[in-house]
Amino acid sequence: MFPTPIHKASPALRIGYQVLLPVALVIWLIPLIGVAVTSVRPASDLAAGNYFGVPSGLAFENYAAVFRDSPIGWYILNSFKVTVPTVIGAVALSCLTGFALAVYGFRANLWVFFAFVAGNFIPFQILMVPVRDMTLKAGLYDTTLGLVLFHIAFQTGFCTLFMRNFIKGLPFALIESARVEGVSEWKIFRHIVLPLMRPAIAALSVLVFTFVWNDYFWATVLVQGSHAMPVTAGLYALNGQWVAAWHLVSAGSIIAALPPVLMFFLMQRHFIAGLTLGATKG
Amino acid sequence: MPDTAPSAGFWKRNQLRIAPILFLAPGALMFLIYVLIPIVQSVWISFHDWDGLGAKVWIGLGNYAELLDDDTFYVALKNNLIWLALYLLAIPMGLAAALFLNQSVWGIRLYKSLFFFPFVISQVVVGLMFTWFYAPDFGLFSQAIHWLTGAEVAILADERFVTLGIIAAGLWPQTAYCMILYLTGLNNLNPEQIEAARMDNARGWRLLWHVILPQLAPATFIAMVVTVIGALRSFDLVSIMTAGGPYGSSQVLSYFMYEQALSEYGYRMGYGAAIAVVLFLIMMVFITLFIVRMIAQERNR
Repeated sequence: MFPTPIHKASPALRIGYQVLLPVALVIWLIPLIGVAVTSVRPASDLAAGNYFGVPSGLAFENYAAVFRDSPIGWYILNSFKVTVPTVIGAVALSCLTGFALAVYGFRANLWVFFAFVAGNFIPFQILMVPVRDMTLKAGLYDTTLGLVLFHIAFQTGFCTLFMRNFIKGLPFALIESARVEGVSEWKIFRHIVLPLMRPAIAALSVLVFTFVWNDYFWATVLVQGSHAMPVTAGLYALNGQWVAAWHLVSAGSIIAALPPVLMFFLMQRHFIAGLTLGATKG
Repeated sequence: MPDTAPSAGFWKRNQLRIAPILFLAPGALMFLIYVLIPIVQSVWISFHDWDGLGAKVWIGLGNYAELLDDDTFYVALKNNLIWLALYLLAIPMGLAAALFLNQSVWGIRLYKSLFFFPFVISQVVVGLMFTWFYAPDFGLFSQAIHWLTGAEVAILADERFVTLGIIAAGLWPQTAYCMILYLTGLNNLNPEQIEAARMDNARGWRLLWHVILPQLAPATFIAMVVTVIGALRSFDLVSIMTAGGPYGSSQVLSYFMYEQALSEYGYRMGYGAAIAVVLFLIMMVFITLFIVRMIAQERNR
């Protein structure tokens, strides 16, 4: 283990470490803590100039006010309407593409694979004008479906990379012996490989959920009105209306951040397994 | 065994060749329509004058010629380079955080999760948090600077500091990301090599440099990829925190493109596409390097 385990160090160092941990954490999270505290700070505190002292009370009505006076509840619903179908679509498609690229040795295999990988790294701006134009012409501009279709297509790149490498790690003998038995390719996929892909499906679902929930660029490019607006773009619009009403901006920020945060804490192991794919073996 | 229907026979004989095409088709088609073809279309549009509605007018390299005379383009390009250089700090910072947290004391798992926290939050929220943090008069950061130096600074309204301020906000989640990559790498070190090096009296920095870092190379590679791409993609934070201001001093290519293509003064799709092509070419340099390395790894498997 590196660095040397702290329990082998001197008692002074050990206590020092235990003290340093929470201090470092608080410093690291100061912007977050500040916003969290501001979100429950009464508006009167801000008016009186008490910006980061102890709040004079806990004003949970800030949250109530945000839900009551702004369409944030609607924005959150839109975010779900974009995120959930995208997760299902991208994961389903990439199970298929990943299987194709991992199991069959056709000639263009590596080229197709690297097209997916490279497409995943390009700047969004190179897609912006044509994708916006296409969405407009298809009558899907300003709808959640327009966003869903783009996100599914784009996330399929990353998901294919992930699935293909995951299936490559499965024992190939399983597939070969099934072929010898005369099992069809579809049944091999459906009954032999797919059940083994559960951890990969779980990891990708959490990751894609977070990526798509947090998307801001496409939410501003493909949506204009508030009826289809996801919460990222919505929060930015509200920020313009709540000039200097920091207690409301903060409460809104916390609300918008909450779903992916909950997802992360509930599915932490899968999330990290997905994110660190490739970080251990060359 | 007698042949069944001829179609079934054909399927049986060619199954291994047709199956991959069928498995690939839905995903590849979507990717083609929404990602690969639009790249070509953008290049095509960049040779035109187009407002997004009327007819496209061919102007050849006109948009690119105009770009070379556009001061904002050079500001954006310079800022992109600053982003790239400073964003890479996320890698050593992430490594330092990972080394700090790679212990097994009580509650360390929760600490790791909480240190990782900023990465999970949307960049819109990160941008708003740092806007609040930097706010003149009452922002925590401005207060700290005032207390330390007596100077009043409004980071996001000051042309000297604005880009640095936004990058610092971006480094916050990016460091967390690199940290988690390194934590996973540190979990998978080869203990025998480390013990052997310790026997040879290698300690501290020398052990880190000569034994640990080479073993962490895969994590470093991924951290490089995501950090370089993240730096060049920077859009959300610029849009949220300054919209490119003050006076265009925090522009980056991605935001400049968006602003030109969908600006309130009229849509300039062709000009925007030209900016996007320049950004795309810059990123292609890095993407090619990454892919070449990945191909080499595939061959070694």
